[in-house]
Amino acid sequence: MEPISFDEVRHLSALTRVGMTDAEIELMRDQMSNILENISVLNQVDTEGVEPTGHSVDVVSVMRDDEVSPSSTVEEVMANAPNREDDHIRVRAVLE
Amino acid sequence: MADRQFATLTAHEARTLLDNREVSSVELTEASLERIDQVEDHVGAFVTVTRDLALGQAEQADQRIARGDAAPLTGIPMQLKDVICTEGVRTTCSSRMLENFVPPYNATVTDRLYSEGAVLVGKGNMDEFAMGSSTENSAFFPTHNPWDLDRVPGGSSGGPAAAVAASECFYSLGSDTGGSIRQPGALCGVVGMKPTYGLVSRYGLVAFASSLDQIGPLTRDVRDCATVLNAVAGHDPRDSTSIVYDPPDYTKSLQTDLKGLRIGVPKEYFVEGMEPGVEQATRDAIKVIESLGAEIGEVSLPHTPYALAVYYIIAPSECSANLARYDGVKYGFSAKEADSMWDALEKTRQDGFGPEVKRRIMLGTYALSSGYYDAFYLKAQRVRTLIRREFEEVFSEFDALVTATSPSIAFKLGAKTADPMQMYLNDVLTLPANIAGIPGISVPAGLSDGLPVGFQVLGKPLGEETMLRVAYAFEQATNFRSTHGDPPL
Repeated sequence: MEPISFDEVRHLSALTRVGMTDAEIELMRDQMSNILENISVLNQVDTEGVEPTGHSVDVVSVMRDDEVSPSSTVEEVMANAPNREDDHIRVRAVLE
Repeated sequence: MADRQFATLTAHEARTLLDNREVSSVELTEASLERIDQVEDHVGAFVTVTRDLALGQAEQADQRIARGDAAPLTGIPMQLKDVICTEGVRTTCSSRMLENFVPPYNATVTDRLYSEGAVLVGKGNMDEFAMGSSTENSAFFPTHNPWDLDRVPGGSSGGPAAAVAASECFYSLGSDTGGSIRQPGALCGVVGMKPTYGLVSRYGLVAFASSLDQIGPLTRDVRDCATVLNAVAGHDPRDSTSIVYDPPDYTKSLQTDLKGLRIGVPKEYFVEGMEPGVEQATRDAIKVIESLGAEIGEVSLPHTPYALAVYYIIAPSECSANLARYDGVKYGFSAKEADSMWDALEKTRQDGFGPEVKRRIMLGTYALSSGYYDAFYLKAQRVRTLIRREFEEVFSEFDALVTATSPSIAFKLGAKTADPMQMYLNDVLTLPANIAGIPGISVPAGLSDGLPVGFQVLGKPLGEETMLRVAYAFEQATNFRSTHGDPPL
C-alpha cells in the first residue's frame, strides 16, 4: 500500500471542509498512512462472489399512512439557529 | 456515610427500599447529587448535572409510588450519555460543535425511561461524537477511572461507566458502535451491554455510524441490566431499522445454573498482546461457566483478525456522511468571523471538531471516494458478510460465546493518545459484535493489578435471554461486588 501523499490529505481536508494547517496535514498524513497500511490486510481475504452487507438486519422501506400528526413548532425548531431573522435562518451569500 | 450507602445500592435494591417506604426518591436523588458533589471534581463523569430537573422528577416519582403504581425504575436516579437527546437539557456529544445545543425533543429511550418515572441526574461525558476508547477525546475534559484516577475509564461511554462505578447514579445508558459500552464497563468494573442491532430505538441518538450504533445499559449488576433493557427495548416506528419484535421480560431469564447450554470459546479472541492478567481472569471465568453446568467447546472464527480493518473502513465512512450535517447553519456552533459561505463552513468545522473526529471524517471520505470505493468500502462490506456468516455457523452449534472484553486493563491517561492505531486496538474483541449485529455483555470477572477485568458473553441475534442468563449465573457464582466492593474513592 502506497503511503498517502501530502497533496491527497490536503485535498481531503478541502473536500471535508475541516480546515487544517500544513503542520496538521503532515501529522494526519503519517497517521492516515499507518491506519491505511493496517487496513490493507483486507486484501488477503478472498471475497470472490461474496455479497456486501450494509446492515446486519434486513432494512426495508417503512410505510405509513399519510396522516397529519403533531410536530415541533417553528419556535422549537428555530431555537437553536445561530443566526435568525423572524422565522428564517440567515445565511451568508451563496452566490457572490 | 449514609449517603454513600444509599448511592451504592443497585437499582433493584433501591426499588425494594422505595417500595417499603424506607427511603424516598427525593432522598435517593439527594444522595446521588451529594455523591456527585463529593467526587465529580476527581472523576469528571458528567458534562451537565440536572439538579433541579432531578429533584422535580423525584417528587413526582414519590407521588407515583404513594399512589401504588410504581414501575421498576420509578424514582431511581440515572444518567444518560450526552449523545442521547433530552428535551430542554443540552446534548453536547462532548463536542464544541454541540456545546450549546438544546434538543427540541427526547430520544425514544429518554421518553421510555421518563414514562417509567426515572430521575435524570445528568448527562455523561464521552469521547467526542462517541469516537474513541478512553474518553480523552472529550472536547471538555477527560473522565478518570474511579479505581485509579490516573487511568482512563475506557470509552467512548467513559462518563456513564465511571458514574455508575463511582456511585454518582444507579445506572446509565451508553451507546456502543465498536465496544463503547462494553469496554468502559470492563475497565470500570460494571456491567455494560450492547443489545442486538435494532432491538433498542436509535431515534434521538446523535448518529455516528448508523449501521453499527446501538444504545444499551451500564449498571451495577446483571439484574439491573435486564431491568433497564426491559424499559428501553422494543419496536419504534420512528427508527426505520428498529426490529418489529415483542421483547420478553428479560428478568425472567436470570437463572443461576447453565445446565443444557453449549458455550463456545473462540480461540482467535486470545489475541496477541493480551495482558497475562486478562488472559488468566478469562480462563478462570470459563472454568466457572463450566462448573455451572455448561458444556464448553473451542470454536474458530477465522476472519476475526480482519474485523478491526472492516470496522475502521465502515465506521469512518458512515461517520463522514453523518457529520456532513454540521454546517453552522441550522443549529450548533457557527463561526462568526468569515468572509463567505464556504469560509464560514470551513471555520465552523475547523473549530467545532476535534482531531479524532476530523481524522475519521477524512478517512471515511477517502474510503468512499471514486477509485477507492471498491477497494475499501465495498471490500469491507464483503468481509462483513463473511464475519456475519461465521457467527451464524458457530451459533448453529453453540448458545453463546465467551471471551475477554478488552485485551488490557485500564491504562494511564495519555498512554495511547499519540498513536491512533494503538487506541483502535482496544476494541478488537468488541467490534465484531457490532459488525455482525449480535448482542454482547461485559460482566466484571475480577481484578488484575487491582483493576477490573471484564468477561464478555456474546449471544445470537435476539439471544439476549440466554446471554443474560450466562452473565447472571457467572455473576452470582463469583460476586465481584461483594468480593471487591466499590472503587476506593
